[in-house]
Amino acid sequence: MRSVVAVLEKQIKDTWKNKTVLIQFLMFPFMTILMNHTVRIETMPKHFFTELFAVMYLGMAPLVSATSILSEEKERGTLRALLMAGVKPGEYLLGVGLYVWTGCMIGSLLMVFFDDYTAKQASLFLLVAALGIPFSLVIGACVGIASRSQMAATSLSVPLMLLTSFLPMLAMFNASVEAVARYTYPQQLKVLLVDAERGMIGAGSCLILLGNGLFLLVLFMILYKKNGLE
Amino acid sequence: MIAVSAEHIEKAFCAHTVLRDVSFSIPQGEIFGLLGPSGSGKTTLIKILTGQLAPTSGSAALFATRSEALTISQRRGVGIMMDEFGVYERLSCFDNLKVFAALHGIDRSAIQKTLEAVGLSDCAKIPAGKLSKGMKSRLRLARAFLTSPQLIFLDEPTSGLDPAAAEEIHAMIAAQKKRGVTVFLTTHDMTEAEKLCDRIALLDEGRILVSGPPAELCRRYNRLRQITLRLSDGTELSFPADPASAPAICALIEQGRMETIHSSEPNLESVFMTLTGNKLNV
Repeated sequence: MRSVVAVLEKQIKDTWKNKTVLIQFLMFPFMTILMNHTVRIETMPKHFFTELFAVMYLGMAPLVSATSILSEEKERGTLRALLMAGVKPGEYLLGVGLYVWTGCMIGSLLMVFFDDYTAKQASLFLLVAALGIPFSLVIGACVGIASRSQMAATSLSVPLMLLTSFLPMLAMFNASVEAVARYTYPQQLKVLLVDAERGMIGAGSCLILLGNGLFLLVLFMILYKKNGLE
Repeated sequence: MIAVSAEHIEKAFCAHTVLRDVSFSIPQGEIFGLLGPSGSGKTTLIKILTGQLAPTSGSAALFATRSEALTISQRRGVGIMMDEFGVYERLSCFDNLKVFAALHGIDRSAIQKTLEAVGLSDCAKIPAGKLSKGMKSRLRLARAFLTSPQLIFLDEPTSGLDPAAAEEIHAMIAAQKKRGVTVFLTTHDMTEAEKLCDRIALLDEGRILVSGPPAELCRRYNRLRQITLRLSDGTELSFPADPASAPAICALIEQGRMETIHSSEPNLESVFMTLTGNKLNV
């Protein structure tokens, strides 16, 4: 537990100086607040920008942050120093994971806080965010584990990030894409966010999320077994 | 007590053998230097000794515990400074050490004390990324010293540093010896090894060629064994360093013709060249 806290503290200390991660945490919440307060169209559904950007945020921010932190520590050799100091790989991943999850939850909270959600709607919105962040986080960890350098990690994370964050938006405009996207977690997160606005959460979406979660966990374990943390 | 022991260590990466039958032991409190050219297997050996890498065959142990089986509290008693262990560039020197202090439950006063010991107390708030190469080396050294370990591994600690910075690092290593700490040092700098180490081992192509105290090795492998006299008329005369030369040398001294006298002083470089036919600093 001491190691997890030490990794977490180190990340918190680094937050204001690590521009890559800080931008990921704050970019979409600020865009949401900006759009909600500047664009007003009569026919536009309520919470349109919040839901749209929240899905993108949940698909992008945890993935890029986790990849960036892991690949940087690997490349600079600080990860090896931590492991030699007795930090177990699981403890390190948990520390980084908790940090990214907390950062993204704060971002989600900002999105909700500056939009007019009821308490129940806000709670469900944050519940969906809390459930959604780990999916992209695991993908980010997979990329970080599989990459030897930051450069290699970026070349892998960018297409994945585009896929996870833009798929629900593309699905809005194309029925064929939607037919495929509905089996992926970003699309189901979007469905759940809309459901949250209605004050309910669908069981079908939860089942698809469970399937996606299992698939990502198996992928993570295979990559971890093959590459290790270093 | 034996602090480090290596028994018949072999390491191969695919078909390439990096270490061949490496065996030695280091008693507590000794500075042991592993001297060899770049690519001779020094870093690989440190990684095996510290449990970062498994040997293909043979075994390594620290304080009688196999390196791979070291517990977290045992690891705490071992400081490691390797060039590839980076520092957190955006964090200050103090915060860099704080991360590792938190891992070991060490309080803030120990961090300050360690920074003072390596001469970085004035830079405590400066981000590590803004430090010079020599200062970064000191910070890495501070990290290795932080837990007051009884055994320290230093992989080329002065590599790429200017003589003044290297001299400071030497003083810090010597101070650790006074505390009774065992130091395992790899270097390709023969002067550093001669100056700091109680014993050295020469490593070439993964094999230990010879080991022992630097002065003894120099004596043992002194092939030149010459005495050179410079006479008052400017001529230089060389004699074999054996009893048969004594009368001639004495005669020159008695005649008052001798200006200077020198014995050939072998160094580790010449020992290495004698044993391998190659230069050490490659």
